[in-house]
Amino acid sequence: MGLLSDPNRRRALTKLLTRLNAPICGMPVDWLVKTMQSRGLEVFTQSFTRKLPFPDENKERYMVRGTNVYGILRAPRAPRTEALVLSAPCSEGNNNNQAVGLLLGLAQYFRSQIHWAKDIIFLVNEHDLIGMQAWLEGYHHTNTTGGDWSPLQGRGGSIQAALSLELSSDVITSLDLVLEGLNGQLPNLDLANLFYAFCQKIGVLCTIQGKLQRNDWDTTSGYSHAAQTMMLMVLKQASGRPWGDHGLFLRYHIEAASIRGINSFRQYKTDTTTIGRLLEGMYRKLNNLLERLHQSYFFYLMPSLSRFVSIGYYMPAFGLLAVILLLRALDLWVQLGASPPGTEDGPSSPGVLSILTPVVISHMTGVALYTLPILSQEMAVQHFPVSETEAVVLTAIAIYTAGLALPHNTHRLLQGEGTEEGWRVLKLVALLYLAVLLGCTALINFSLGFILALSLVPIAAFITPHTPKALSAAIMVLLSPGCTLLYCVFVFQELQETPVSLQDGWMLFLSVISQGILDHALYGSLVYPLLALLIYPCWLLLWNILFWK
Amino acid sequence: MAAHRCNIFMLVFVLCGLTYVLVRAEIEDTNHVKDAESVAVDIAPKANIGASLRSTKTEDQTQAAEEERQWEAETNPVDAPSDNKADHVHDTMQNLDSRPAPYVKDQTQEAAEEERQWEATEVKEADHVPDTMQTPDVPPPTPAKDQFQEELVIRPLHSGDIYASFQFRTMWDTDFLRGSKVSHYRLFPKSLGQVISKFSVRELHISFTQGYWRTMQWGQPFLPSPPGAELWVWFQDTVTDVDGAWKELTNVLSGIFCASLNFIDSTNTVQPSASFKPLGLGNVTDQRFLRYAVLPREIVCTENLTPWKKLLPCGSKAGLAVLMKSEKLFHSSFHSQALHFRPVCQDWKCKSTVWELRQTLNVVFDLHTSGQGKREWSLFKMFSRTLTEACPLASSSKVYVDVTDNPQGELFELSPTTPLLSQAVVLGDRRTYSVYDLTNQATFGQTRSLNMLLRWRAAESGDMLRPLLHGERYVAGYGLQTGEIHTLMYNNHPYRAFPVLLLDTVPWYLRLYIHTLTVTSKGRDNKPSYIHYQPSKDRLRPHLLEMLVQLPPNSVTEVTMQFERALLKWTEYTPDPNHGFYVGSSVISALVPSVVAMDTNSTRECPLFSSFFPCKEESSYFMRVYTEPLLVNLPTPDFSMPYNVICLTCTVVAVGYGSLYNLLTRTFQVEEPSPGLAKRLANIIRRLRGVPLL
Repeated sequence: MGLLSDPNRRRALTKLLTRLNAPICGMPVDWLVKTMQSRGLEVFTQSFTRKLPFPDENKERYMVRGTNVYGILRAPRAPRTEALVLSAPCSEGNNNNQAVGLLLGLAQYFRSQIHWAKDIIFLVNEHDLIGMQAWLEGYHHTNTTGGDWSPLQGRGGSIQAALSLELSSDVITSLDLVLEGLNGQLPNLDLANLFYAFCQKIGVLCTIQGKLQRNDWDTTSGYSHAAQTMMLMVLKQASGRPWGDHGLFLRYHIEAASIRGINSFRQYKTDTTTIGRLLEGMYRKLNNLLERLHQSYFFYLMPSLSRFVSIGYYMPAFGLLAVILLLRALDLWVQLGASPPGTEDGPSSPGVLSILTPVVISHMTGVALYTLPILSQEMAVQHFPVSETEAVVLTAIAIYTAGLALPHNTHRLLQGEGTEEGWRVLKLVALLYLAVLLGCTALINFSLGFILALSLVPIAAFITPHTPKALSAAIMVLLSPGCTLLYCVFVFQELQETPVSLQDGWMLFLSVISQGILDHALYGSLVYPLLALLIYPCWLLLWNILFWK
Repeated sequence: MAAHRCNIFMLVFVLCGLTYVLVRAEIEDTNHVKDAESVAVDIAPKANIGASLRSTKTEDQTQAAEEERQWEAETNPVDAPSDNKADHVHDTMQNLDSRPAPYVKDQTQEAAEEERQWEATEVKEADHVPDTMQTPDVPPPTPAKDQFQEELVIRPLHSGDIYASFQFRTMWDTDFLRGSKVSHYRLFPKSLGQVISKFSVRELHISFTQGYWRTMQWGQPFLPSPPGAELWVWFQDTVTDVDGAWKELTNVLSGIFCASLNFIDSTNTVQPSASFKPLGLGNVTDQRFLRYAVLPREIVCTENLTPWKKLLPCGSKAGLAVLMKSEKLFHSSFHSQALHFRPVCQDWKCKSTVWELRQTLNVVFDLHTSGQGKREWSLFKMFSRTLTEACPLASSSKVYVDVTDNPQGELFELSPTTPLLSQAVVLGDRRTYSVYDLTNQATFGQTRSLNMLLRWRAAESGDMLRPLLHGERYVAGYGLQTGEIHTLMYNNHPYRAFPVLLLDTVPWYLRLYIHTLTVTSKGRDNKPSYIHYQPSKDRLRPHLLEMLVQLPPNSVTEVTMQFERALLKWTEYTPDPNHGFYVGSSVISALVPSVVAMDTNSTRECPLFSSFFPCKEESSYFMRVYTEPLLVNLPTPDFSMPYNVICLTCTVVAVGYGSLYNLLTRTFQVEEPSPGLAKRLANIIRRLRGVPLL
């Protein structure tokens, strides 16, 4: 077990370690500046450095140092109040060269047009999301995650919309639209509609979640295809991470999407000119907007590019799940109100103290899960033969598992024997807590809330100290947040038609955890703190009820 | 206490400085034409080194006249007297020093130069004589009380774009304040004159601008203006109800200029205490008589240009105004039209004042979009017209082309060539201009039309001197609750600090947290020596913040202020609330050290006697810089169909439920009509007697 057992990863790590000594210089900054200037843009650069909390093994980076280059095409007779952004990530190697080339070509073409009413910013960002984060924070002069960047020199007013372009190969057969952003935020649906309309008009194959649209809606296979597409979107959204460079724009209320060129070796090929025409069309449409995109939905799920499920349809499903918790809580409330005259208990409110200890201890465990993995990585590396990344992930898993053993029967510390009433009060609190938690989560990120509700509501509803211990414990562990994450990894791979073996799945699971922690540290994704600080303690409370004595 | 007094002294000092410069600038203006002419003739001999400097026979008469004129200009009582002369001498020497080499090398060129110079004097003579001969019929022979001048300046910019600036000046010696007695209008536009006399306006400055002046690429404009519409007016001190007059005036001007100036009300009008002092003569500087307003959202187009053109004596029929074809003027990167009305001195003695109306129009044409990438400009290409005549009513009509960076024609080629050169100090920089005099028929040549052609030779124009002062502004933060306004002021001078006045007008719906105001430069706190802050009142007046800040040399000064976004009432939202709300440009006014004075490089060859003390004359000049306006999103309710349905349903339910509830819970009583007086008296008596009441 361990990340290093995979030969690919080990090679990557050695590569990373050798790179750490030499400064990484990926992007031809000077050339870009000169080229953009010759195209008549106002060109500026921004340099940034970032030290990751622990090495990122997926992308092989630890100490990140880079430069963003951006050129502003000033709209004639516009007072610099509004802007549009077209960005292309540029990293080492020639991954995204086509996109950068297309961006420069478009800049030259757009410069000779006279109909621009908004400034257009052409941004080439290094180190994909880290560069984008630095640029956006520089542009808006905020600092949410403690990055270190140089202030921006030129601005174009408030950014109205942004597109990020990723073309991985010379030959493009279809274009994929990526919408899911940080914390599951989505751009306005009109942006997706705009993309779809232009793809139809120009005749480019377009996909969402990498899946083509099918016309046979009424058949079972067509239906399941659409359901799979939507499931993929739910899983991606629930992960709370930005799935493209556009994802960070959404925090600033800028409608943004990534357009990704895909070469799937079809017969039908699209050349760069066509993609340029598509982008020109989209930018001219966005340029003509008087207001920000706001007329359409911000909350939706897409079973295909041309269809969507609005919040009005999916929210009742979650509502029905959440109502179980509330009904259960009501039931307990009534029971608690009815029982005191019947029983002979002296202290009429044994609940408060007895439930305080489990609540506090569960949350302490949560705090430990949130803080310790990163804090203790050095210690772990010294004592065990693991890399930093492994240390962090394994510490997290260890604390998570230790939590199962720790807090049950903690109420005895203060109260001695647990009473019948005690667990009822505790369960009432846990139910209400969970209901509020899931409700809030679903409002911000529906998918995450829904997946958590699916796994947590059944155990929350049925758990009592009187159920068969072994069976219940097994079910509870299988439905715990950590295991849910593991299933999600497998389901996601399955839906993407790249099924993995158990071993690979486990490796993937480990890297997903490390990515989640990194996303939180780098971009402020909220999924990891939500799970560690709130959902996990809540689940521990339920665990506590099961072992109530 | 001491610090406080110190601040006041500082302020008074700076104000004095500002007024001094303004008055100076104004007086310079009045003498500008003379000056320019004198220099024009002056420079011709300078250029010609081969010929003896001042011994040409034919030159003698004009020379004498010119010298007299020059002397007049120099002994200007307010102006520093000896500076012009020193400057000229300096200049001459510089030319003497720097020019000889190419002339000696190239004999043909020298010959050409000589010819050019001869032409110059000829033109000059021809200029003087026909001036009185040609146009005796149009203006009355009596000393005209009004006169009109027109001028076009073309400056090739370093970015490859081209900047054209029209100026039209009408001077009139009349008294507008006698009420309705001014009824005979000749050159001065009547519609404006009536307005001025009705509202007792002392100074009026109005500008309509589409686009933002890119200081970093284009340098300084001749007349800065903020995007949108700007209006500032000084009323006469006889006006009692200034607010009323202002309101009416804006509405009238709105009609005259076809603009939305009627949207100026108390919520966007301020009375700056220091930033906008009168530009004309007068000693009233009480801000009670000043009103300033900006409409950043105003869109300027042909419907504003047409009424503006109509104010010109020749309209767009003749003279330079024929070039103003709106389809070309609005096919540009920047368009600004303005009108300035103010009292100025009649002559250099300044014994009496005349009213000056100055109409200006500034355009920047884009190299890439209109030039199709070819670096070639002509009047026809820019305006799709050529010049054929001067405005017959104009006493002078000239076209200037800035050739400062192009002394030998290596940068661009200008054709037809003109013999006349002129030097002027513009914005602290000494510039050289080729002058085309349209009142002289020879300018038009055989084709009877003037179509200047400017062909770039060098592919890359040289680097531009960085503007010494420029500003930037943006909104920081995210979310719809709070935000932060950042204003950056750059002082690019390598070693001199100078104070600037910053004026910020922020609408009331951004609630400024003034305690968060910070001014930092070079990472350290920079305490403003003067702060004038007027808090806003909701729906009544905006925030006004004026500060006097010292900008350290070669630094960026950052002014930040946090604000909270107010939730408006639902009727107060604009029809397009998701577009955002505009915050007008902030204004940075400063006395900027001159570029000429910046050159202290002692290794440069210049006469020793001219370079010991840094020259005082142009040591600083007044400059105003506008930052970009801001677009701020406020928390906006969802004005969509479901929202409307909810509102409507709620209203219906509230009304329906309310009335039903009312009906159900109210107890009804039959009210008896009030008894008459007799009955009441009777009742009182009955009550006294203890008998039951009626």
